Amino acid sequence: MDFDLSDEQKLLRDSAARFGEDHYAFSAWRARAAEGRGFDRANWGRMAGLGWLALNVPEADGGLGGSPIDTMVLMEAFGRVLMLEPYVSTCVIAPLLLRHAVAGPRRALMDAIAAGAAVVSLADAEPGSRFDLQHIATRAAPTDGGFVLSGDKSHALDGGVADWFIVPARTAAGVADAGGISLFLVPADAAGLSIHASRAMDHRINARLRLDGVRVGAEALIGDAGDGAPRLRQAVDHAIVARLAEALGAMDAVCEMTLQHLRTRQQFGQPLGAFQALQHRAVDMAIACEEARSMTYLATLSLDKPEAERGRIVAAAKARVSQTSLYVGRQAVQLHGGVGFSEELAVGHYLKRLTMIDMAFGNADHQRARFAALSQAPAAA
Amino acid sequence: MNLDLDPTDRAFRDQMRTFFAEHTPPEFKARIRTGMRLEPAEYTAWQKLLHSRGWGAPSWPKEHGGAGFTPTQHYIFESEASRADAPMQYHQGLELIGPIVFTFGSEAQKAKYLPAIVAGDDWWCQGYSEPGAGSDLAAVSTRAVRDGDRYVISGQKAWTSYAHVANRMFLLARTDPQARKQAGISLFLIDMDTPGITIRPVITMDEVHHTNEVFLDDVRVPLTALLGEEGKGWGYGKVLLDRERGVTAAFTLRLAQQLRGARQAAAQALTPGGTMLDDPRVADRLAQFELEAMALETMVMRTMAEAASGQDSGPRASMIKIRWSELLQQVTEFWTELLGYDAAPFGAVGNQPLAGEGPWPAKGMLYARVTSIYGGANEIQRNIIARRALGL
Repeated sequence: MDFDLSDEQKLLRDSAARFGEDHYAFSAWRARAAEGRGFDRANWGRMAGLGWLALNVPEADGGLGGSPIDTMVLMEAFGRVLMLEPYVSTCVIAPLLLRHAVAGPRRALMDAIAAGAAVVSLADAEPGSRFDLQHIATRAAPTDGGFVLSGDKSHALDGGVADWFIVPARTAAGVADAGGISLFLVPADAAGLSIHASRAMDHRINARLRLDGVRVGAEALIGDAGDGAPRLRQAVDHAIVARLAEALGAMDAVCEMTLQHLRTRQQFGQPLGAFQALQHRAVDMAIACEEARSMTYLATLSLDKPEAERGRIVAAAKARVSQTSLYVGRQAVQLHGGVGFSEELAVGHYLKRLTMIDMAFGNADHQRARFAALSQAPAAA
Repeated sequence: MNLDLDPTDRAFRDQMRTFFAEHTPPEFKARIRTGMRLEPAEYTAWQKLLHSRGWGAPSWPKEHGGAGFTPTQHYIFESEASRADAPMQYHQGLELIGPIVFTFGSEAQKAKYLPAIVAGDDWWCQGYSEPGAGSDLAAVSTRAVRDGDRYVISGQKAWTSYAHVANRMFLLARTDPQARKQAGISLFLIDMDTPGITIRPVITMDEVHHTNEVFLDDVRVPLTALLGEEGKGWGYGKVLLDRERGVTAAFTLRLAQQLRGARQAAAQALTPGGTMLDDPRVADRLAQFELEAMALETMVMRTMAEAASGQDSGPRASMIKIRWSELLQQVTEFWTELLGYDAAPFGAVGNQPLAGEGPWPAKGMLYARVTSIYGGANEIQRNIIARRALGL
C-alpha cells in the first residue's frame, strides 16, 4: 500500500508543471480559446517532442507503454491549466483500442499519434443512448472487402478537430445488446461522413456525426467483429479516470485562486478570509479536493482489476469527483463575488471545464446508478 | 503507487481475519453495527482478550507495551475488525492519555499507568470540559492550589464519559490564575476514589448513561499527580494531533458496518410490492452513502501510508473526522427510515419483551448526534483547519 510517485513519475510531474507555466499562462490560454480552433498545434508539437503523446502507445508499436499512473500525473498537470489539446481522445482512448487493430493501420496510426500528426476521436454516444455505451443503432453491413456504415452519433469528444474517428457500430444483434458491437476506424474525410462540429463551453471542439453509407475496408475493423463492447468499456473507463485527474488539477488550481482571493480581498475593513462563514466554506472546498484526490488514486490503481470490480470503482470515483468538483467550481465562483462571474477571470472557465468533465462519459447521477447496479450483488451479503 | 499488500501484511491480514471471525462475541454485533457503544464490562473483556494476544495497544510503540504494528498493519487490524463487526477499543486511556503519559510522564507515572491501560485493568475518564468551557476549552476554571505536599483541586467538570466506571481521571485545572489563558493550565492524573469527588449521572438522548457531571470539592492529591510541568498542560495535548490518524482510521473503517446494516435492513424491509431495496430511490441513496464512504476509506489509506513513510498528512485527519461524523449521522438516519414502524419499539413495557429486533438502529441514530460535537465540534474543527492549513 503506497501512494507515492516513483522518481520517474515525479520527474514527469515536474516537467508537466513546467510545461503549464511556460505555455499556459491564462492570458495566452484566453487568446487561444478566442481563436476558436480548439487547440494549439505548436503546443501539441511540443508535447509530441516530450514524448507525452506516445505515453500510452505500446512499446511494441514504438511508444512508451506507460501506466495509468503516468497518465494521471500528466492529466492532473493539464487540468491545472485548462489544457485544450485533445489528449484523452487521441492519447488515452485511441492507443488502447488501436492495440486490437490489424498491423498496417495500427502501426501507421500509432506513429501518427506519437508524432502529433493525427487526432483520433471516439464517437461515444448516439441519439437516445444517453450515456449507455452499448446502446448502438448504427449498422455496419458487410460488403465485398469491407463494410458500409450508417447511423447517427450524438457526441464525439474533440470530434471537430479529428483526423480519424473510432466508430462503434452493430454487425449483429439488437440495439441494446452487449454482443454484436464492432469498432471501425473511419477517416474524417470519408465519403458519406458528415461532421457537425460545435464548440463546448470549455472551448473544446466536439462533433455530432452522420454516417450515410460510409464505405470502409476490412482493415478498418478493430479487433474481431462483434467483440467491441468490453474493449469499449475498458477504454472509456481509462478515459474517465484520466479526466478525473484532469478535474483534480482544475479543482486544486481553482481552490488556490479562491484562497488567495479570500486572503487579499478587503471588505468591511478586513480580508474576506476573516469571516467564519467563508472560512468554513473554504474548508469544505479543501475537503472536497481531498475526497476527489483519494477517489482518483483509488480508481487509477484499480484499472487493472477484473471488469466488474474496475467498473464499480470507476463509477463511484466518477460520481464522487463530479459531485465534489462541481461543488468546488461553483463555490469558487461564489466566493469571488461579481468578478467570479466575469469571462475575464479564470475561475469561471474552471467551472465550465468541470461541468464538461462531469458530463463526459456519464455524469454523476448516471455513474451513481451504474455503481448501484454493480454494488447490488456483492454488498447485499 | 499501488494498493497491494506485501506477503507479510497479507499473512497478517489472514491472521486477523481468522481471529476476529472466531472471537467476536455474537451478542456484540447488533449494537456494534449501529455504531453504539458496548457496556463497560464488555469493553474491558474485549480489551483483556486483545491484551492476551499482545494487541492491547495497537497504535502504541512496543517499548511502551504497544503491539508495535506498522501503520499498514494497524489499518489492516481495524479494517478486519470492522469486517467482522468487532468493536473498537475504548479510547480514553489508550488514545487520549496513554500517549501523553509515555511522551511527557515521569518514569514512575509510566510504570504505574501504562501497563494497566494496555491490560484493561484501569479505566480512565477525561476531565476536560466544564459548564463554562466547552468549545472554548482554554476557559477552564477548575483550580488546583498547591498546599504543602498536596494540590487541592476544586471545580466542576461536564460531559465526563464513564466517570461512574473509571478508577482514574486525567483533568485540566488552572494552577496560575494570573497567566495568559492557556499558559496557566496544568494536567493532573488522579484517582477517582479520592475524597471530595461527586458524580452525577447525565442520561443522553439515546437513553444511555454514558456520561456525567463531576464535582471536585477540595480534592487533595499528591504532587506526583501533576503530569510534566505546571502550566504546560495545554501544550501536551498537541501530541495527540499526530496520533489522530490512527483514531480516525478506527472510526472511519467502521462505516462499512453501518452501511452493511442499512443495506440489509433495506433488503429485509417489506413493502406491498417487495422490499425497500427494490425501490431505485433506496438503492440510489445507499449508493451515494457507499461511494462517500469509499472516498473516506481511501483518505484513511492515504494517511496510514503516509504515516508508514513518515510524511505529514496536514489537516486530513480533522477532515476525515468531520466527514465521518456527517456520514455516520446520515447513514444511521436512513437506516432508521428504512425500518419504518419497525424502528418504533424503543423500550419494553411491563413484562412484555420488546417487539422486533431491538432498538439499536434508532439508538445508533440518536447517539450519532454527539459525534459531530465531541472531540472538538465540527465547527471548531473547521475553524482550526481554516487557520492552520488554509492560512485564513
